[in-house]
Amino acid sequence: MGTLLEAGNITKTYRDHRALNQVSVHIPDQSIFGLLGPNGAGKTTLIRIINQIIGADEGTILFDNEPLKPGHVYRIGYLPEERGLYKKMEVGEQSIYLARLKGLKRQEARKLLTGWFEKFDLMPWWGKKVEELSKGMQQKVQFIITVLHKPRLLIFDEPFSGFDPINVNLLKQEILKLREEGSTIIFSTHNMGSVEELCDHIALINQAEVVLEGNVREVRKSHSTRLYEAELEDVHTPVEQVLDGRFELAGSEKHHGTTTCRIRISEQATPNELLQSLFTCGQLTSFKELTPSMNDIFIKQVTGTYPVENRQITNSFTQAGQQ
Amino acid sequence: MSKTATIIRREFLSRVRKKSFVAMTILGPVLMAAIVIVPVLVAQLSESEYSVAIVDDSGLFAQDFPDRDNVYFTPLDTGIDNAINLMHDGRFDAVLHIPEVAFQAPSSLRLFSEKSVNFNAKLLIENILKLEFESMKLSSAGIDEEVLRSIETPVNIQAIRISDDGEQMTDYPEISMGLGFVGGFLIYIFIFLFGSQVLRGVLEEKTSRIVEIIVSSVKPFQLMMGKIIGVGLVGLTQFLIWVFLTLAIVGGFQAAAPEMFRFTPDEEVFISGGQVLNPEELQAQRETVQQHDTLAGELLEGLASINIPVMVLSFIFFFLGGYLLYGALFAAIGSAVDNEADTQQFMLPVTVPLLLALIMTQMVISNPQGPVAMWLSMIPFTSPVIMMARIPFGVSYTELALSALLLIAGFVATTWIAAKIYRTGILMYGKKVDYKELWKWIKHS
Repeated sequence: MGTLLEAGNITKTYRDHRALNQVSVHIPDQSIFGLLGPNGAGKTTLIRIINQIIGADEGTILFDNEPLKPGHVYRIGYLPEERGLYKKMEVGEQSIYLARLKGLKRQEARKLLTGWFEKFDLMPWWGKKVEELSKGMQQKVQFIITVLHKPRLLIFDEPFSGFDPINVNLLKQEILKLREEGSTIIFSTHNMGSVEELCDHIALINQAEVVLEGNVREVRKSHSTRLYEAELEDVHTPVEQVLDGRFELAGSEKHHGTTTCRIRISEQATPNELLQSLFTCGQLTSFKELTPSMNDIFIKQVTGTYPVENRQITNSFTQAGQQ
Repeated sequence: MSKTATIIRREFLSRVRKKSFVAMTILGPVLMAAIVIVPVLVAQLSESEYSVAIVDDSGLFAQDFPDRDNVYFTPLDTGIDNAINLMHDGRFDAVLHIPEVAFQAPSSLRLFSEKSVNFNAKLLIENILKLEFESMKLSSAGIDEEVLRSIETPVNIQAIRISDDGEQMTDYPEISMGLGFVGGFLIYIFIFLFGSQVLRGVLEEKTSRIVEIIVSSVKPFQLMMGKIIGVGLVGLTQFLIWVFLTLAIVGGFQAAAPEMFRFTPDEEVFISGGQVLNPEELQAQRETVQQHDTLAGELLEGLASINIPVMVLSFIFFFLGGYLLYGALFAAIGSAVDNEADTQQFMLPVTVPLLLALIMTQMVISNPQGPVAMWLSMIPFTSPVIMMARIPFGVSYTELALSALLLIAGFVATTWIAAKIYRTGILMYGKKVDYKELWKWIKHS
């Protein structure tokens, strides 16, 4: 898989603070790339540099193996975090206008728009003013405008903020389809949960620097806490008695006859060996690895601790599954 | 078609399609025509009569009041109380009481009426009595009224402008003053009207948050210039339609009622090379002058002496130059703030020079060649308004060219500065911006 966009050592300093410090990311072709980080980390600055809205102080960007140049804006689609439309302008005409600014011919734009409008049931609104549309419909129009010119690279900055869940699902499906058709997608968000299942690669930006980058599965693997959670019933031998030095009991709680315990296993042991020990304690009803979600990794990178380790055990069922 | 052209097209079309634009464009010339026509029509239509009873105790003036302008006078032989009763009965609108001592003490004159007194009638009566009193005083002083009237001499100097190549032209300073003021005022209005449209347009893009979508396709400078040029073309279109419509309306009237526009076409008086006139020529010229002795004739002739194409062309140039200069500043203001209320603090330094120019127009048209007029027509911030005020009086080509060059330099400079503010400002939300901040934007971008 080739690289569509390669940013090398991007630095951008505003008067009073450094927004990006030697930031490098590479975005594989036809991937969905999550650009993560807390508010104010520098995500939007990086995106604006890729969109050539602002310039970087230092560093290089290669788009499709070429240094970024003005003509590339036609091959990028951008849905900014702060987005809107001309309220007094008609929907169809406005869409054609914005498409033409992306280099489409009028007739071509009209044809493509008709297809998308029909798909999203927006056709009856073509001649209406934007202010007459509901917020959800306006967002659909914005999405269509972003993807209409079939860009190689799509950039969504906080794409789902303000969307209702039905539209979120609709958009996610369309985005997956766009990737099938050859687009590469960048999601920028501080809400990791909203895009985790979509992303293949991520880069985590905190305080103007990339603190983590890579394939999602590998990142999660490398951040394994080696922490397991087991549920036992009819415990006749206390768990701590069967565990030797390779295992560390991180917590244990008894509730309605069920004992829930968390055990961290050392590098020398395997989960199977832990299971064998646990069989001797009682009836094992549940056993699972407490893998950190991307959100947990995110918080760990930013604050230094895993929320998964601090969570109350009684809540861990729901929380671990949710994230 | 380049993207700037696409933007200009949208800015232009979205405005000229508005109902308010169509209404203004059509109503403008109609209103201008109405300003001239309506007072005449109203004067002709106001048929309501006003009757005044005269009770003249002095017995000197009762017959001196001719009916005029729908005011009718009726001398009564009854006492004042009776006359007032008649007025209450509705026989008269007012009663004029001239007491016996009126001549010695004019302040004893009274005009009674039920409703508020008719102002025109009051003026008319005052004028008549004033003349009567004067003539009585003249005769009692032994001065013949005829002699006095013959001494009164109307003086009306004909001003002649001589150009360098000896061409002479009757000068109409009153007309030039009027035109100068109207021209300057129009430029002021146009710059303000369309400049604030730029401001509102930029602000609209910023508050509706469409701006970041657009600048991901075009450069901020293209967006700014597209808007400024698009709105400017709207102004130009409106102006040209106004000129065209006004000419059409005037032409229509001319065809319909030619007697209103009658004047000798040969209104220019040529004298070759500063030669001294011989008596025949002098006589001929005197006759020409006498032909135009009426005020209306002079007005029309004065208008005809103005070079309309030069006026229109310079209006277009100075409107566009001034508009581009101020339009860029308006765009910068729109980009720097988050809402219309915040524009106030930045509007002041932009409005002050423009307003100053308008105020100085009064002075400039009374002394169009003075140093103040000269300097204000060079400074790009005031030159569009002031130059328009001076042009009807005649401005040398050297001065015109210099002023035009400075204006072009001026708008290039303001556009350059505005672009720096604009490209930072449009992406800046929720920050209270002051002058210090703006200066940093200019310096650091």
